Amino acid sequence: MRAPVSHLPLVATQLRYAAGGVAILHGLDLAIEAGPPLVILGPNGAGKSVLLRLLHGLIVPTGGNVTWSGEPGRPRGAMVFQRPVMLRRSVLANAAYPLKLAGQPRAARHAAAMAALDRVGLAGLATRAARRLSGGEQQRLALARAEATGPEVVFLDEPCASLDPAAARAVEAIIAGIAGRGAKVVMTTHDLAQARRLAGEIAFLHRGRLLEQAPAATFFSAPSTPEAAAFLRGELLA
Amino acid sequence: MSDLSLAFDAALTLVATGDETLSRIILLSLQVSISAVLVAALVGLPLGALLAVARFPGRHGIIITLNALMGLPPVVAGLVIYLLLSRSGPLGSLGLLFTPGAMVIAQALLIAPILAALSRQVLEGLWEEYAEQLRSFGAGTWRAVPTLLWDGRFALLTVLLAGFGRASAEVGAVMIVGGNIEGFTRVMTTAIALETSKGDLPLALALGLVLMAIVLAVNAAAQVARDAAVRRAG
Ligand SMILES: Nc1ncnc2c1ncn2[C@@H]1O[C@H](COP(=O)(O)OP(=O)(O)O)[C@@H](O)[C@H]1O
Ligand SMILES: [Mg+2]
Repeated sequence: MRAPVSHLPLVATQLRYAAGGVAILHGLDLAIEAGPPLVILGPNGAGKSVLLRLLHGLIVPTGGNVTWSGEPGRPRGAMVFQRPVMLRRSVLANAAYPLKLAGQPRAARHAAAMAALDRVGLAGLATRAARRLSGGEQQRLALARAEATGPEVVFLDEPCASLDPAAARAVEAIIAGIAGRGAKVVMTTHDLAQARRLAGEIAFLHRGRLLEQAPAATFFSAPSTPEAAAFLRGELLA
Repeated sequence: MSDLSLAFDAALTLVATGDETLSRIILLSLQVSISAVLVAALVGLPLGALLAVARFPGRHGIIITLNALMGLPPVVAGLVIYLLLSRSGPLGSLGLLFTPGAMVIAQALLIAPILAALSRQVLEGLWEEYAEQLRSFGAGTWRAVPTLLWDGRFALLTVLLAGFGRASAEVGAVMIVGGNIEGFTRVMTTAIALETSKGDLPLALALGLVLMAIVLAVNAAAQVARDAAVRRAG
């Protein structure tokens, strides 16, 4: 599944972003290497979603740049948005859509999409209208759809934000599976317990600045900034 | 019995017995208007989708023009096509004037702006929802057009039905370029106009009834399509 040529590391240099005259990210340096999931933590409004969009290449930075293995290339990786858009098509057609864009012939893309659906436990719902699925099923479909092309990096924005505990556990297992096949997972979450379970590395964002980037064990046992320590105690809300 | 109710009786008999003249007129009407919708859709829907997704200089002007052309009087559409197809016109050598082909072209001209303007409205909302997701998949503007056309298919069906309703109800354009030739270019609306002025009320009434029934059926179908669109949208 994995692309033979790696485009990692993904490096952000002095990344700035402003919208409507308001600075949202203030010159952020971040290097993302192959390995276990990188979880971006931070209070609401810290700029986590904006950072994911910049890394994925959906929006253009106001300053600084993003490079993939040293090259300022085209947008790469796949992203699952906090509220994924379900195309007005069947579950199978949703999962196959990115493969269709990639020019895969019909039979091949349907086989690959079915395999991706199978991995998230949705093969049995393949012919259903995607927009009729439950919230948890839609999230799993969005993950299967992002995975269908076997991207090297998968960006996930609050993948369990509005799910009940059972659905969230299912999604977590899928994320672990994505990391398990060797893809780099870069995700945001507000759930500290989930971050402990999934993260290999933590990036801590606060008010548009990257305050820490550290191995998960280090971050959770010995955060190096007072803001991160307060956040871990549940005392930092914005 | 009054003249009117006699005429009404005769009209119902014509419909019930499947009168041949009546049937031929109805069939030609449907053929012309459906063909016009298909021709207009070939241009109008992609244009509407492109206007929904692309931002380019002149886009606003095109949208204003289309909205204005939605109110194009049928006789003007007929006149334009007449001038193009008349023997001395630029397309006169095609010999299309006073044929069903000319009627299809005139009605297509009449409704293409309607299809483009309405489909733009419908697809703009869909694009707002889809834009970021499609960009994440790596789909550019051009690639988004067929995706929107397909995913908006139920809503677009109502657009097509609106175009068909307008085409099948108009009389001015087909009268001018078709000439209302019996057995060849006579359609429901032109026949109603002629038979009424000749005083043959039964045929005019029978055609009027059928035309009403078709318009009602089209509206019902549009409602069904709208419901389906809502259901699919979840
Ligand atoms: N397109 C935008 N226009 C204006 N402000 C924005 C835009 N996108 C995000 N913001 C603002 O930027 C800040 C960070 O947003 P976001 O990245 O969504 O935060 P997080 O995901 O960490 O909760 C918020 O204050 C938000 O209101
Ligand atoms: Mg967010």
